[in-house]
Formats: sequence, structure tokens, C-alpha cells
Amino acid sequence: MTTAEGAIGGGRSAGRMRADRLVGLVGRVRELGLLVALALLVAAVGLREPRFLSLNNARTILLAVSILAVVAVGQTLVVLTRNVDLSVASMVGLTTFVAGDLFKQNPGISVPLVVGLACLLGLGLGAINGALVTLGRVPAIVATLGTLYVFRGVAFWIAGGEQINVADVPAGYREIATSRLFGIPSPILLAAAVALVVGYGLRTTRVGRQLYAIGGNPEAARLAGIRSDRLVFGAFAACGLLCGVAGVLWGSRFGRIDSRAASGYELQVVAAVVVGGVNIFGGAGTVLGAVLGAVVLGTVANALTILRFSPFWLQAISGAAILFAVTLDLLITRRLRRALVERRPR
Amino acid sequence: MSAVPAPPAKRRPGVAFGGLLRWETLLVVLLLGVVALGAATSPVFWRGSNFSLLTSGTMEKAIMALPMTLIVVAAEIDLSVASTLGLASAVVGVGWEAGLPLWLCVVGALLVGALCGAVNGWLVTRLGLPSLVVTLGTLALYRGLASVLLGSEAVSDYPDWFTGFGFGTLPGTGVPWTFLLFVALLALFLVLLHRSWVGRQLYAVGLNPEAARFSAVRVARLKFWLFVASGTLAALAGVVFTARISSSRADNALGFELDVVAAVLLGGVSIFGGRGTLVGVVLSLAVIATVRNVLALNNVGAEIQNITIGALLILSVLGPNLARRLPRGERKGARGKEKAGGERR
Repeated sequence: MTTAEGAIGGGRSAGRMRADRLVGLVGRVRELGLLVALALLVAAVGLREPRFLSLNNARTILLAVSILAVVAVGQTLVVLTRNVDLSVASMVGLTTFVAGDLFKQNPGISVPLVVGLACLLGLGLGAINGALVTLGRVPAIVATLGTLYVFRGVAFWIAGGEQINVADVPAGYREIATSRLFGIPSPILLAAAVALVVGYGLRTTRVGRQLYAIGGNPEAARLAGIRSDRLVFGAFAACGLLCGVAGVLWGSRFGRIDSRAASGYELQVVAAVVVGGVNIFGGAGTVLGAVLGAVVLGTVANALTILRFSPFWLQAISGAAILFAVTLDLLITRRLRRALVERRPR
Repeated sequence: MSAVPAPPAKRRPGVAFGGLLRWETLLVVLLLGVVALGAATSPVFWRGSNFSLLTSGTMEKAIMALPMTLIVVAAEIDLSVASTLGLASAVVGVGWEAGLPLWLCVVGALLVGALCGAVNGWLVTRLGLPSLVVTLGTLALYRGLASVLLGSEAVSDYPDWFTGFGFGTLPGTGVPWTFLLFVALLALFLVLLHRSWVGRQLYAVGLNPEAARFSAVRVARLKFWLFVASGTLAALAGVVFTARISSSRADNALGFELDVVAAVLLGGVSIFGGRGTLVGVVLSLAVIATVRNVLALNNVGAEIQNITIGALLILSVLGPNLARRLPRGERKGARGKEKAGGERR
């Protein structure tokens, strides 16, 4: 090590610059690697089955992914702060059922009102999680595992075995998911808008950078005067709000809803976030990555269907894809870190 | 209870032991309360058949909770247990359908379970990936393999002796055979965690992995074998589950992993590792099973039962945390103890 340092000592500034560039690359390489993997996947499947490359199919994939992406953006906010929200699926299920039930119980109720109430409900549920974690000092994984059960149970309680049918919701509600703008289905546009706004906010605003700081080193963030509790609370509340939005999309897309809606979805959401390169221990990762993670998972699922794999293979291959993605990510990060350590001047 | 002090109790006798006693006492009080409620609200609560119903339905989760406790004490987690259970059940089903003798199918399932655990352990200890992420991936992978093996069919023509093991009871009593299996395993794990070097090392690893490594604890090897044990016992739970419902399906025990984790956490095991006892976990399993049983006897559906379990889980951590915030004067004596004992929960 000492001899290496001596050798590098002369070209310190050059090494330093290269190190800085590498640091920058580490930040972007996760998304880059994911994009390359996605491109390879699309090319390989497209060669076998040209149908896969059609614009129509791209639309199908993105439409299927849009709800997952909205929730994944919310989950990213929480995971960045070194927390996790396991209750997302229950929040989506509860909001989507309550929205449907409002239509069923009050025929003629205005659609924007119900949409607003559903989002508000999501926000409230997220705030409960946030309060448990920040005020109650309950570890996030414990608190949200608890609310996973409670929120889902409340949905069952309200439902009492009933379900919402397509005929129960007005056409205006269903149009949220079926309408198109410039030929693009609105859920895709909505998901893209959410991702852009949140992604831009995380990148450029003070609050955004503070969220990264909390996840990177909670103690240092506290000493730097960041009001961690408020921000973590806000992250959970925002995640709940986005789950409310996803609940509206879910309800308008599927029409027929029972209280089991979106059951088990939390694992897909966490998978998308993790595949997207968001560090599960906080402080690193981007919204773009999480959305890409969701798109990759959706593309894999679609490719398997188009290649006429038995649907039974789907889950096994998704699982393998998660393991592959995180292993690759780890190896890349480790190699870059080693390169950085070797070049670090003393 | 005082016969099983946790190793941290040895380190700081007054503090941790006080916390331990208090936590498990609380669970015992809770259990007695639920039992009293059950006895008051339902005439069949004390019947032997109800006891066998109450216990046999929870044995798979109880078996998986044993290694899960050790894993969480070592500050890791295994979310793939329910999928391993499903895969083991599928292996038994496919083997039996192919005409293999049943004992061979069971051995094969256990080996597959051990292999599943070894894959988890390898990814966690060799590559250094977080166990939450690894086992989330293998949760999907193992469940997927189960459905590849079985598709949407179900294997259910098992012989009577096998299904009898699943839901039968000791002649003349309401004690299920699977309960005996659990008690034997519990004894083994009690010794392992609370009376052997393995347990002492696990607590050390959970509290401070770096310090444990410098104290010559082979952290990676220990964790690897923990995951192997978890996979094997999940497969055993799969055999028990298959026998109990006398059917192998790819979606057997879907979502059980969260129930197991919830039971371990309610038992007072810290999610950050290093704290908690098997006695607490067993008590929490009993509380959960009895709550579900009492609610079911009063015609409350499984999903609404979940509200109670979820609320219990949150309150188990929230309650002590809030109590600690009470003004000094009101809790003069207990304050110091609680603060030191509960700060990591």
C-alpha cells in the first residue's frame, strides 16, 4: 500500500480527478447498467418474437407498470431515509376499496370528490405510519408490518364479503385509466409526471437532499440541524398519498374490486425499488432507478408471456432477476470502491 | 422463566433481566386475559378438540419461528420461509405422484429445504448482500419453482398414516402429534440459544458483528448454518402442513412469512438483533393462536383477526416506548431499567 501511494503521489491531482469522475459514475452507473440490461433484454426477445417490439406492446408494458411505478416512487422516498414501508399494498387495497364503496353507497357522487377523498385517505394512512415511526419510535419494519395487517383488516371489515362491480362505478371514474392523451394512456402519463416531479425534487430541493442525508448517516444529519423526524414523517405521508393515487388508478383500471385487492403487492414494490438500485439501507438511489426497476420487472413478465413461457415460470424468473440485479449492482459498486481506495491520495 | 436468562442478562444482570422479566410477564398476563375471555364467551373453549384445533393450526408457523428467532437475534431476517415451505410441499407431492415411497419424498423435501437455506446463506455471507433483499428474491424464486413443479394441480391422495400425523392427536388426549414434534424442536432450540456457545455467539453477533468477529466468532459460518437450519425447518413445516391439509399445492402457506416474523417480533425479539428470548416467542405464538381461536369461536373472520394481531404487534413496541416518556416522578424506580433495557427495541 505504501509503495503504491508513493508511486501515485506524483500524479495526485490527476488521480483525484479520475476518482471524482468515478464517484460521479457510481451515482449514475446503477441506472446505466439497468438501461443496458433492459436494452439487451428487449433486443433478445425482439429477435425471437418481432411482435414484442411493437408500439402497442410497449404501451401494454408501460400501462401494466404504471401503478407499480407510482407506489415504487413513494417507497423510494421512505427507503432513502433508511426506513421501509411494508404496508403499501394494504394502503392501495384500502383506498381503492373505499373509493369504490363511496360510489356504490352514494350513486351520483362526483368523481373528483371521491378521487380527492381517496388521496386524502392515503395521506392519512401514511401519516399514521409516519407518526408510529417518528413519535412512537417504533422501528419502521415493525410498525408497517403491523399496519399491513390493520389496514387490510379494515378493508375486509368495511367490505364484509361484498365486492365492487364495474357497474357500481361511474364511467367518469373508469375513464381515468382508459382515457388517452396524444395516444398515450393517462396512467402512464400520470406515473411519469409523479416520477418527474418527485425525482426532480429529490435532486434539487433542500428537502430532497436532506432525505438523502438522513439515510446516509442519521446521526450526522441530526448534528447538521436537519429535522429528521419531520422529514421522515413527510416521507411516510407522501408514500401514503402516492398509494392513494395508485388506489384510484387500480380501481378505475380493474373496476371489479374486492377487499383482497393488491394483496401481496408490497413485495413487488420493494423488488422494483431494490432492482432499481435504491440502497435498502438508505441514502442512495434515485426515483428514475426505481421506475426503471418497475419497468424491467414488467418487461420480464411481458416477455415471458409473449415467448409463451408457462405462467408458472414467471415468479421464479422474477425472483432470479432480483437476485441477479442486486448481485451485479454489488459487484460493480465494490469494484468501483476498490478503484477509489487505491487512488485515494493521503 | 427465570431458568432461562438471556446472555445479555449475564452481561448486565440487573438491567436486561428486569426488562426480560417484565416483557414476558406482560405476555403471560395477556395470554391469561385472552384465555379468560375465551372461557367466558364460548362454551366449547375448554374442550380437548378445541385445543387440538388451536395448536395444530399454528404448528407450521411455530416450527418456522424457532430458527427465525435465532436469525433475528443475529440481526438478519429470512423472508423466504413460507416459499420454502411451499416448495417442500410441492416436492413431496411430485415425488409421491411419481410413485416414490413417501419417506423418500419427505427426506427429499428436507434436503431441498436445506439447499434453499444454503443458497440464502451463501448469498448473505459470501457476497455480503443484505438478507432482507436476498430472501425477498428467493421468496419469489422458491415459490416460483413450486408452481413450476406442480402447476395449478393439487396432489391429495396421501395415505392415512401421513395425514393422521398432520391432524391426528395422541390417543385419548387433545394433543396433536405435530405438537410433540414442536416441543422436541423447542427443547433443542432452547438449549442452543440459551445454554450453549451458539446462543452466546448469536447475541454477540447481533449486538455488534464487528466486535464479535474480533472476538474470534466465525460470523459468516454461524449465519450460513442458521439459514440452512431455517430452510430445513421450513421444509419440515412444509411436510407438516401437507399432512395437515392432506394436499400439496404450489400456493400452500402463501404469505406465512409475515405471520412468522410478526410472532417473533411480538415475542420481544429486537429487529435490530441481540435481544429477545425463545420463551417470549413461544408466549407470543400462544397469544396469537389463542386470540385467533377466541375470535374465530365468536365468528370473527380471519382477516378481521389480523387487525388484532397487527395492533398487538404495534402496541408491543409502542406501549413501552410511550411509557418511557412519562414524567420522571411517576416512574422513579423503573425508569433507569427500562431505558437501558428497551432502547434498542
